[in-house]
Amino acid sequence: MLSDYVFIGLFAIVAAIFPFAGFAVSYLVRPKRPDPVKSDVYECGMKPIGEAWVQFKVQYYLYALIFVIFDVMSVFLFPWAVAYHTLGLYALVEMCIFLGILVGGLIYAWRKGALRWV
Amino acid sequence: MAFLSDLLVNLWNWIAVQLDQFLPSWATALVMLFAAAVVIVVFLLLTVMFLTLLERKVVARIADRIGPNRVGPFGLLQPIADTLKLIIKENTEPAKADHPVFRLAPAVVATAALMPYAVIPFGRGMVGSDVNIGVLYVISISSLTVIAVLMAGWGGGNKYGVLGGMRAVAQMFSFEVPLALSIGSVALLTGSLSLVAITEAQRKLWLIVAQPIAFLVYLLCGAAEANRAPFDIPEAESELVAGYHVEYSGVRFAFFYMAEYINMFTTSAMATILFLGGWQGPFVERVPILSIAYFLAKVYGLVFLMIWVRATFPRLRIDQLLDLSWKVLLPLALMNLLVTAVVDKVAAQVRLSSTLTIGVFWGSNLVLVGVVALVLYLSYRRKRARGLNPHYQIHWH
Repeated sequence: MLSDYVFIGLFAIVAAIFPFAGFAVSYLVRPKRPDPVKSDVYECGMKPIGEAWVQFKVQYYLYALIFVIFDVMSVFLFPWAVAYHTLGLYALVEMCIFLGILVGGLIYAWRKGALRWV
Repeated sequence: MAFLSDLLVNLWNWIAVQLDQFLPSWATALVMLFAAAVVIVVFLLLTVMFLTLLERKVVARIADRIGPNRVGPFGLLQPIADTLKLIIKENTEPAKADHPVFRLAPAVVATAALMPYAVIPFGRGMVGSDVNIGVLYVISISSLTVIAVLMAGWGGGNKYGVLGGMRAVAQMFSFEVPLALSIGSVALLTGSLSLVAITEAQRKLWLIVAQPIAFLVYLLCGAAEANRAPFDIPEAESELVAGYHVEYSGVRFAFFYMAEYINMFTTSAMATILFLGGWQGPFVERVPILSIAYFLAKVYGLVFLMIWVRATFPRLRIDQLLDLSWKVLLPLALMNLLVTAVVDKVAAQVRLSSTLTIGVFWGSNLVLVGVVALVLYLSYRRKRARGLNPHYQIHWH
C-alpha cells in the first residue's frame, strides 16, 4: 500500500530536478548582457505607465467562492461514487438531498447575478 | 516468441534480474524505480518535441500551407533546433518583477505537468504506480498548474501577465468542477478510482458507449484546463500578447511551452483511460506489447482532434467561457451523474440486460442534451425579445 507511493515520491524528485537541470545547462551556455531597456516591462514598446499590481475585478473572487463550494462537493462525491454499487437505495436518496442543497445554492448565486460577467 | 510478445515488460524484468545479482534487493528495487521515472520523463520530452512538430504540420496543412520542412527530412529535426535555440537564448528578467516568484514559476509548471505520469498506465503491466486513488491524484496534481500560472502572471510585473494569470485561474477552476463531475460518473460505473482498474473494467465495452455526455464534458473541460484553443483566452495574442508568460524568454519560456503540450497529452491520455478503454484492444491478451500501441494510437487520435479544433474554431470571450462552464456544462454533468446513478440502481433492481442498460443510458443522454438545448434556445429568445443582442451583452468597466 505505502510502497505504491515510493515511486510517486521518486518520480516527484526526478520531475522537480529536471527543470533545474535545464536551468543549469542554459546558465552555462547563454549570454548574460543585462541592459536597463531590456529589463523593462513590456508594454507594446512604450514606457510602462503605472504598476501592474492593481486592484482587480471582484468577479474573479465571486467565481472563486462558488468554486470552493463545488470543489468540496466533489471531495464528498468521489467516495460515494466508488462505493455506490455496495450501498443501498438510501445512498441515492442521500446524495439527491445533498446535491439538491448545492443546486439550490447555485440557483441562488445565479439569480443574484454572481455568475454574470459585468 | 513469448519474450517478444511482451518485449518491454520482459526486458525490464530481465534487467532487474541482472542487477539483482550484484546488488541487495532493496537497492535493485530503488534503481529500477528511479530508472522508470527517468524513462517516463525522457519519453515525455520526446513526445513534446514530436507534438510541437505535429501541431505545426497539421495546422499548416489545414491552413493550406506546408509547415516546417527545412530542418531535416520533412522538418523532423525542427524541434531539436527549436530546443537548442531556446536553451542558448538570453533570459531577460524585468527589473520590476517579483524575482523569486518569477524564477520559480517555470519549474513549478514543469513539475506539475510531469507528475500525473507517475500513475498513468501506458500499457498492460506498464504503469509506474497503481495507486487506488489514481484519478483523484491526477486531478489534484493538475490543479497545481493553476498556482504556477498565477505565479508566472503575477511575478512578471506586467499588466498583460497579471490579466492573463487571473483569467487563467478563473478559467481553470471553473472547468474543474464539471470535469470532476464527469469523472464521478465513471467512478460510479467502474466502482474504482484506480486507473488500472478503470482500464480493466472496459475490457468488453468502452465507457464512451454508456457515457457519451460525460466524455464530451470531459474533453471540453480538459481542453479548457490545458488552455487549448478555443479556450485559450489567458494567452490570447490579439489582446494579451502572450498572457501569463509574456515576460519569459529562453529556457524559462521553454518550460511553459513544454508544460502546455504535456498538459494536452495528459488530457488526451486521461480521456483515453477513462472513456476509450485505455490500452484495451483486440489480441492484447495474447500479445501484450500491442497494448502500448493501442494506447498511443488512441491518445494521438485525441491529440489530433484537439489540434484540428484549434485550427478550426475562433477563440471564446471570457464571459462566454465562464457561462459555458457554470451554466451549461455544470448542470449537464450534474444531471448526467444523477441519471447515471438512478439508471444504474434501477437496472440492478430489475436485472436489466447490459445491452438494454446501455440503450437506457443512450436514451437518457439524448433527453439531457435535448433539455439543455431547449433551455439555451429559450434563454436566447428571451434575450432577443428584451431587445438585447444576445451575442454582445458585455460592458467593460
